[in-house]
Amino acid sequence: MADYRPPLRDIHFVLDHLTDVGALCELPAFAGLDPDTIKGVLEENARFIAEVVAPLNRVGDLEGSRHDPATNTVRTPAGFVDAYHQYVAAGWGGVPFPAEYDGGGFPWLVGIAMQELISSANMAFSMAPLLTQGAIDLLMHHGSEEQKERYLKKMVTGEWTGTMNLTEPEAGSDVGAVRTKAVPADDGSWRITGTKIFISFGEHDMAENIVHLVLARVPDAPPGTKGISCFIVPKFLVGDDGSLGERNDVACVSIEHKMGIKASPTCVMSYGEKGEGAVGYLIGEANQGMRYMFTMMNNARLSVGLEGLALAERAYQDALQYAQERRQGRAPGAPAGETSLIVELPDVRRMLLTMKALVDAMRAIIYTNAQAIDLATHHPDPDVRQRNQELVELLTPVSKGFGTDMGIECTSLAIQVYGGMGYIEESGVPQHFRDARITSIYEGTNGIQAMDLVGRKLPMRAGGVITDFLAGVAALDAELAAAGDELAVVREQLAAALAVVTDTVQWLMEHGLADVRNALAGATPFLRMFGLLVGGRYLAEAALAARADLAEGEGDTDHLRARLVIARFYAENLLPAVAGLAPAVQAGFDDLYAVGPEALAG
Amino acid sequence: MNVVVCVKQIPDPADPGALDPTTKTLKRDGKLILDESDSYGVEMALQLVTAAGGGEVTLVSMAPNGEVSGLRTALAMGAAKAILVSDDALAGSDALGTAKVLAKAIERVEGADLILTATESSDGYTGTVPEQVAGLLDLPSVTFAKHIEVDGSTVKVQRQTEAGYDDVECPLPAVVSVTAGVVEPRYPSFKGIMAAKSKPVDTLTVADLGLDASQVGWAGAGQEIVSIEEAPAREAGEVIEDDGTAFEKIVAYLDNLKVL
Ligand SMILES: Cc1cc2nc3c(=O)[nH]c(=O)nc-3n(C[C@H](O)[C@H](O)[C@H](O)COP(=O)(O)OP(=O)(O)OC[C@H]3O[C@@H](n4cnc5c(N)ncnc54)[C@H](O)[C@@H]3O)c2cc1C
Ligand SMILES: Cc1cc2nc3c(=O)[nH]c(=O)nc-3n(C[C@H](O)[C@H](O)[C@H](O)COP(=O)(O)OP(=O)(O)OC[C@H]3O[C@@H](n4cnc5c(N)ncnc54)[C@H](O)[C@@H]3O)c2cc1C
Repeated sequence: MADYRPPLRDIHFVLDHLTDVGALCELPAFAGLDPDTIKGVLEENARFIAEVVAPLNRVGDLEGSRHDPATNTVRTPAGFVDAYHQYVAAGWGGVPFPAEYDGGGFPWLVGIAMQELISSANMAFSMAPLLTQGAIDLLMHHGSEEQKERYLKKMVTGEWTGTMNLTEPEAGSDVGAVRTKAVPADDGSWRITGTKIFISFGEHDMAENIVHLVLARVPDAPPGTKGISCFIVPKFLVGDDGSLGERNDVACVSIEHKMGIKASPTCVMSYGEKGEGAVGYLIGEANQGMRYMFTMMNNARLSVGLEGLALAERAYQDALQYAQERRQGRAPGAPAGETSLIVELPDVRRMLLTMKALVDAMRAIIYTNAQAIDLATHHPDPDVRQRNQELVELLTPVSKGFGTDMGIECTSLAIQVYGGMGYIEESGVPQHFRDARITSIYEGTNGIQAMDLVGRKLPMRAGGVITDFLAGVAALDAELAAAGDELAVVREQLAAALAVVTDTVQWLMEHGLADVRNALAGATPFLRMFGLLVGGRYLAEAALAARADLAEGEGDTDHLRARLVIARFYAENLLPAVAGLAPAVQAGFDDLYAVGPEALAG
Repeated sequence: MNVVVCVKQIPDPADPGALDPTTKTLKRDGKLILDESDSYGVEMALQLVTAAGGGEVTLVSMAPNGEVSGLRTALAMGAAKAILVSDDALAGSDALGTAKVLAKAIERVEGADLILTATESSDGYTGTVPEQVAGLLDLPSVTFAKHIEVDGSTVKVQRQTEAGYDDVECPLPAVVSVTAGVVEPRYPSFKGIMAAKSKPVDTLTVADLGLDASQVGWAGAGQEIVSIEEAPAREAGEVIEDDGTAFEKIVAYLDNLKVL
């Protein structure tokens, strides 16, 4: 495993050419910021992450977090506590949060770039700040002033971490099935009893307090998602002066043994085991918990999609380096009697370019999605806000679903590039694959993402949102045509993919309305085909931007020329799969249910 | 307690460096960063100022093209201000020319009690600038500091030697060069980076310093690089098969290299 090298050149290219950091700095919300400052911050952050956080990735995997059943405490792997304290001291967690909560007031887009770095460096470690970020997001939008005063600042600094407690043994994808109970106490607080499972960083030794956000049902709550309420349950109760008081009746009774992200403790949390319940404080109104969850859901899903990108990038760096060290076989044209570096072999090149093209496509999609969050939140023009909010809604399941599927694909390809060594833990590459495997499961499985895309996002504004997006793809045609031979294959393949997707969207609208099972059966292949098209669109835009820079003689020529190659490779090697997926989407559900599971058993 | 730290800004060692075949010097046209060697001096200075309970750290640097990236890093760590000397006339400066420039710049810092440098830079590493600066300023020079303590108007230095260290004392002001790795340089915090944006960087030319262009740059260089060569390709290593006595061969090999 090679040392992690933050891909700042690629990141800056996306920030400057596919998104527009300069334009974000012009918004009143980001007054006083400029692209140079952002660059400087990213560079120092990258250095910190590469030197302090990345070296702990391997030890985190080997040691894992450990639970002590005698005390119900969790010890994170060697070095984690110190690195986390340094992270807090440097104030990195607060960068994308508003200044009024002691944040840095930076765009979410920049926060996402920093999140890429930390997730690539050490995904398990990154989950502590990530979960905290989700909890901050929810509290910021729905907490009372008093709650914000008491909890938010310490969470923004990272001194306290946060968790999201949704899952229970009987409530996974279906959050509405939550059974944890909340009853009112005399003093206006609540008493929480129940068991949560799979709670990331539910207990650990990196911070002095943990603020659990817990979904539970109040007495007489309506069934399903309409009866879910959201509570703050601090590990240590917090006094009016902000001091830490009594230990709350919440305990981590065990942690899971997992396939990957071993340093991230996945906890079984028991609430109110000792008495009449853990002390909890209601956020907003009772039975509105699900609505509150939705405000943070887009951000959280984007972040998990980003984990896919981050691990793909990390695995790609390893594969690219190994391919330039390992000699085997003879590349076509190499002198007789000489063994070649495997990077010279056509099939290895194909794997490396596949990874690179997917990494670039994912980064383009995810950063565009993040910029849309900034514009939807901060742009002064309500129409612009509205358009960008629609883009956020449309792209989020793509960022999450496509990003994590491709993350798994790329980390698997890295193993393939290594050959036999790739299957050997010592090489370090299997860890990326094992770590990546969870990303398509948590924060809404990719099956759920696909249903969200087809069932909720395609029908937005009576199909207007998807139609606008596809029109954006079509609008590239003229520019691609003007680019001539250099991008001819991109133009040709993008047009072909666009035609198939347009046709398939039409099919889904018609047949999904007729019988929803048609839409649900084809949702996953549709998510893949749409993700491929979105990636193709942004890589084409990247190639056009690179070409313009080349014409002006700006920037690093080789790096820019690579953008053109990557767009062509993607167009010829990956985009054609769109056509192959159309029959799967349009097959309908008939054969899925034509025979029962017994008939399918061997 | 006011400390001046000389910080060199150098091409990123992570990027493959290249020599200019005509001038025979390192190409410095890309972005420059803070020489890691100097980050120890910056950290030491910040700690000394904190220990003294007051004062500030001033940076002095000479670099082409008005480069401030490395200075920003050191300012973000906590230095208060910087003087940058940047002038086309400085192209080709040798170590002594550099020392003349730095000495003049240091003279402009009022009330400097202590001047820190690294023992040698990571790119040029002649390791001669600190002593030359001390000579030009007519100040005591202490080298290879692994620990520095200020006591009133005296500085006490543990000076690293092959065998251990010497205790050295001298009056302030003095020029002390700091050995790499003796303190752990802090990482700039987010707030520190943002604050560094508005910290003053005084950019000066050779004329501003009252120096004559003939004393610096190619014109003033008494040192000449006569030739540069490709580093020899790495030769194949020697493989020692372990027949039970491999350790003896390895000991003999290391002995031969005089590293034991
Ligand atoms: C390492 C790890 C960390 C986690 N961290 C947290 C955390 O911090 N907080 C938290 O609350 N939870 C957390 N989770 C829980 C995670 O979010 C759930 O595991 C996930 O939502 C899936 O729920 P489930 O495991 O019950 O699977 P199930 O819901 O049982 O899903 C099984 C299969 O059925 C499919 N499926 C389910 N419902 C539908 C449907 N309606 N239509 C079509 N297909 C469907 C799924 O896609 C999946 O393939 C974590 C889990 C893990 C493994
Ligand atoms: C042929 C030639 C051409 C050069 N061209 C240029 C040029 O175009 N532009 C230019 O700016 N310089 C130029 N230099 C100067 C050169 O980069 C060095 O600054 C100088 O030679 C000092 O040598 P050194 O790095 O070996 O110092 P060392 O003695 O190894 O350095 C010891 C310490 O002194 C301090 N120090 C040294 N140099 C500087 C500095 N520049 N600023 C602040 N502190 C410093 C640092 O603390 C450093 O760690 C040139 C030098 C030569 C020989």
